[in-house]
Amino acid sequence: MDVLTCIKRVPDTGSKIVLTEDRQSIDASNLGFTMSPHEECAIEAAVQLVEAHGGTARVLTLGPPAADEQLRTGLAMTADEATLLETDGAEWGPRATANAIADAVRAAEEEFDLLLFGNESADAANYQVGIRVAERLGLPVVAGIKSLEVEDGTAIAGREVSGGEEIYEVDLPAVVTVKEGINEPRYASMRAKMSARRQEVDRREPDAESGPGTFEKLRLEAPSDEDSAAEVLGEGPEAVPRIIEVLEEEVEVV
Amino acid sequence: MSSREFPDSAGTVIIGAGIVGNSLAYHLARQGVEDLLMIDKGPLPDPGGSTGHASNFLMPVEHSKEMTHLTRRSIEQYDEMGTFANSGGIEVARTDERVEELKRRMQSAKAWGEPAELLTPAEVEELVPYIETDLIEAGFYSTGAGTCDPLRAGEIMRARADAIATGAVTPEEIDAGDVGPDDLEGVGDGPGGLSLAPNTEVQDLHVDEGEIRAVETDRGTVTADRVVIAAGLWSPEIAKMAGVEIPLTPAVHQMISVGPIPFFEQFEGEINHPVVRDMDTQMYERPSGNDMEVGSYQHRPILWDVEDVPSIEEAPLSPTQPPLTDDAFEQSMMDALELMPEVLDDPEAGIRHEIDGLLSEAPDGAPLLGPLQDVDGLWSCAAVWIKEGPAIGEMVAQWMTRGYPDVDLSEANVNRFYEYGTSREWVKARAHELYQEIYGIVHPSEQWQSGRPIRTSAFYDQQDDHDARWFEAAGWERPQWFESNEDLLDVYADELEGLHRPNEWDSRWWSPIILAEHLHMRDHVAMIGDMGFGIFDFVGSDVVDYVERMAVGRCDVDVGKTVYTPILAENGGFVSDLTIARLGPEHYRVVTGGAAAGSDRAWFTSHIGDDEHVTLLDRSDSLCTLGVWGPDAREVVQSVTEEDMSHEAFAPYTAQEITVGETDAWAMRLSYVGELGWEIYAPMSKGHRLWETIADAGDAHDIRPVGMGVYGTTGRMEKGYRLFGHELEIEYTPAEAGLTFHGLKEADFNGKEAYAEAIEADNAATLCTLSVADHAPDGGQARFMLGNEPVMDQDGQVLVDEEGRRSYVTSAGTGPSVGKHLLMAYLPPAHAEEGTRLQVEYMGDRYPVDVEVVGSRPLFDPENDRIRS
Ligand SMILES: Cc1cc2nc3c(=O)[nH]c(=O)nc-3n(C[C@H](O)[C@H](O)[C@H](O)COP(=O)(O)OP(=O)(O)OC[C@H]3O[C@@H](n4cnc5c(N)ncnc54)[C@H](O)[C@@H]3O)c2cc1C
Repeated sequence: MDVLTCIKRVPDTGSKIVLTEDRQSIDASNLGFTMSPHEECAIEAAVQLVEAHGGTARVLTLGPPAADEQLRTGLAMTADEATLLETDGAEWGPRATANAIADAVRAAEEEFDLLLFGNESADAANYQVGIRVAERLGLPVVAGIKSLEVEDGTAIAGREVSGGEEIYEVDLPAVVTVKEGINEPRYASMRAKMSARRQEVDRREPDAESGPGTFEKLRLEAPSDEDSAAEVLGEGPEAVPRIIEVLEEEVEVV
Repeated sequence: MSSREFPDSAGTVIIGAGIVGNSLAYHLARQGVEDLLMIDKGPLPDPGGSTGHASNFLMPVEHSKEMTHLTRRSIEQYDEMGTFANSGGIEVARTDERVEELKRRMQSAKAWGEPAELLTPAEVEELVPYIETDLIEAGFYSTGAGTCDPLRAGEIMRARADAIATGAVTPEEIDAGDVGPDDLEGVGDGPGGLSLAPNTEVQDLHVDEGEIRAVETDRGTVTADRVVIAAGLWSPEIAKMAGVEIPLTPAVHQMISVGPIPFFEQFEGEINHPVVRDMDTQMYERPSGNDMEVGSYQHRPILWDVEDVPSIEEAPLSPTQPPLTDDAFEQSMMDALELMPEVLDDPEAGIRHEIDGLLSEAPDGAPLLGPLQDVDGLWSCAAVWIKEGPAIGEMVAQWMTRGYPDVDLSEANVNRFYEYGTSREWVKARAHELYQEIYGIVHPSEQWQSGRPIRTSAFYDQQDDHDARWFEAAGWERPQWFESNEDLLDVYADELEGLHRPNEWDSRWWSPIILAEHLHMRDHVAMIGDMGFGIFDFVGSDVVDYVERMAVGRCDVDVGKTVYTPILAENGGFVSDLTIARLGPEHYRVVTGGAAAGSDRAWFTSHIGDDEHVTLLDRSDSLCTLGVWGPDAREVVQSVTEEDMSHEAFAPYTAQEITVGETDAWAMRLSYVGELGWEIYAPMSKGHRLWETIADAGDAHDIRPVGMGVYGTTGRMEKGYRLFGHELEIEYTPAEAGLTFHGLKEADFNGKEAYAEAIEADNAATLCTLSVADHAPDGGQARFMLGNEPVMDQDGQVLVDEEGRRSYVTSAGTGPSVGKHLLMAYLPPAHAEEGTRLQVEYMGDRYPVDVEVVGSRPLFDPENDRIRS
């Protein structure tokens, strides 16, 4: 079976976000770039399915020329092929992105049995692209999936809900958006990472008509982190008066 | 060890809580310092500096004696704290040239007293079963090497520092093994001792009247008598706050961690196989649990600006672990896979961690230690590796408290770059070049290519016209020899027979022209300029007492006299040796070797008392020096000088003002090459003119410009003159070096007591001149030693004196006038006898050598008739 996994290049987070001076983007010089954990899991799922059933796993992203770095991460996780829908770096909205991806899927040589997405991107978190692609291609879609198996042209996908699990059966081809936890994504081996660096990435221009046009970024704002500071009030019995003071005057619970 | 309240004042503040800061705190406490504060902007125990993510490999053997000894002492400290694993380390060779280098490693191991073995590929495989033996030709096995846990060691040292400083335990109790980790739990929670201020960022240093006063942080300002900058790669930034410079740059060292590796699962412990250094690819493979850490210095140099290093908040991992630059690491991955496919090329073993690790790089790779001379009380302890951290903390603590360290730290003195090699541009140029030399095969005379020329004297163009081969010392460009003198090779063909060096390594950075220049000087006359001296004038009403206090030789001499004298530390070891001339009743001039100039300057300034009227005027950059030496020197100089230059009018070892042609100058009649002649000092602006005048005047005598090869090696070795940093260093006394001709003067001076004792005592070792008896004892190519070779008895045992110091070649050089290759070495009494046959080991082979002279008697012209003629 042929599986396509769509990913997005985003600045690595997990530390203080610094904006560029024009506030149009994140200064990623200390951060580096990555993809969302959901997407890493999606690649892992794709690779496992292909390992079990044969076929090819392709990773695709719409992004700037440097986004081939994330594609190579996918290749290093032993995906077979990579496609870059190359933009000039401008932010594309979810609809435009989905249109471009859907067009690329139509134009592809493979007929994909399964299109995997992360549940949401790590930066914009619009929760839309996978669903929009399904809509545009007229395919069934299940979202927020945490278990996935394929049997005889059918995908069995599970989603966690409070108190249990919902299991879906969808006919392939289908779109599935995947959530972190579905599997334990592999670390690339040295050999795989090395060959990934050398592999050819299929670069294409996304359909200009679906371009970023309808969507304009004004500026970014970094959330202030001041109010989350913890204060040590003291240690041992000596701390009691100060704690009472805080409870009474600042928190007003006593 | 309270950390809640930020104190208002502290005796000594240490900035930085990496391995260096912790080592310093511990050893300062051991030295009796009580009121200590350690500040770090990050949390403990891992504040985010380089110490938090290193491979922690401790490989003791280097070609530098001091660095080897510092690592050895550090290993012993890590071991004593239970934080050392003796895994051993193997440097493997992929090329023939590297095999030779490994033999040189063996030579250094023997010279410095480290156990080591040369291994065949099969022997390497026994220790490292997963290595691809087809790729390697040999291994150098350092059995004493291993790994440490620097964060744990830091915790222990902090706890001990506090316990000692508060009086809860003594250093002796710790050394006796009486203090377990539990005994330190909770001691010293009271005031005093070592206070810790983690999560506290230093933002400014307050300096007043040239003295450090306070440290300003985001949690308040603390006044301090003394501040040590141990801030790793941030050290330049902190130094700048006080208006001084610590020349280093952050540099990337790429490292990945690969695992889980099934092979390692059967073994216990954090490390169970030797660390492998794959020297020819500039990489290492270091097992750690079930992982293998693969580190590389092979990639293109990636240097950072310190301002770009992210803050703790901005850094996803830590400030010193930016993301790996993939493309730079590609070749390293291939090389590692090729060397250890069995463990690294396992598809199950993934890259679990990958970083562009940041570390500090000084322009010459050595640490940056010592007092920052423009701010009293401010010290640097930077560009230090984990392998040497504890011992360097110990040495700098000794230096701070009693004035000198046990191990000579001259090559690591922060002042060696003073006022010439501190710009960012230059530091980066050198660091860039140096990076490519890590694990490289570096010839002892190897010259830097980058950042040159940075200091040129007035003679530079004239010397360049003579096709000078330039060597650099403390930034100064100095001709080592002149290709224009090639014709002298024919003139002296007979004398040079047997002194040519057929081996490429031996003759690298060398030319037989040096020997021919030497012979020409001995027969006729030569001009040597500029030696790049440090030239310091001291003036003021207290200057006589001050200079007297600094020097072994009596300095209250008549105006116009010169004194060559050792400068000693309190232990009687050498801090320097130099010439002091009295220019006036309250005016002295100190002339010292270029390489030591910055450090000597710091030593002299730090010994000027608070109320003493002494001012230092640094003339190093404003005066040029031209030496004119040889039997015809008087005729040449007299012919263009207004004054009477006769033996009677200008006696040896005196100084006068003279006018040479159009140039007003000042001259000393002395010589480091053992010839009649003068060192002529003139304003830099007149140097060009001076050179022309002497060159023209010397034409009739075939005067030749000759290089530092003659000045620094051939002439000196024949005359038995000692060189600071080679023969003279903190671990040896004037008695041992044969430099007690001053006797014991009345006046007090630094090191007097120890000096007097050393004169009285029998020498544990005496500096001797030896000659090579056979350059090819087994036939084949004649080899010429270059220095640092171990000296052994006839049975092949390296000589060791009763203080545990091993005999090695401190200097090596050919003496063309005596027709021999000469070596200097300190020998224990049983072997310090003229005529004794010994051996040296050089590149894996042994060579017979004979003791020619015990002590400082010159081999050439022993009565100094030439100088006095
Ligand atoms: C990948 C890698 C592997 C390495 N492997 C080895 C090895 O195998 N063997 C070895 O010997 N060495 C190794 N090193 C080198 C070693 O890590 C460093 O040389 C050593 O850790 C330096 O110690 P330090 O205490 O000087 O600096 P650091 O550990 O960097 O400590 C400096 C401290 O100063 C603090 N600081 C800075 N600015 C301020 C401020 N303004 N206010 C307050 N605090 C401040 C920092 O927070 C930091 O904690 C390696 C380095 C790297 C990058």
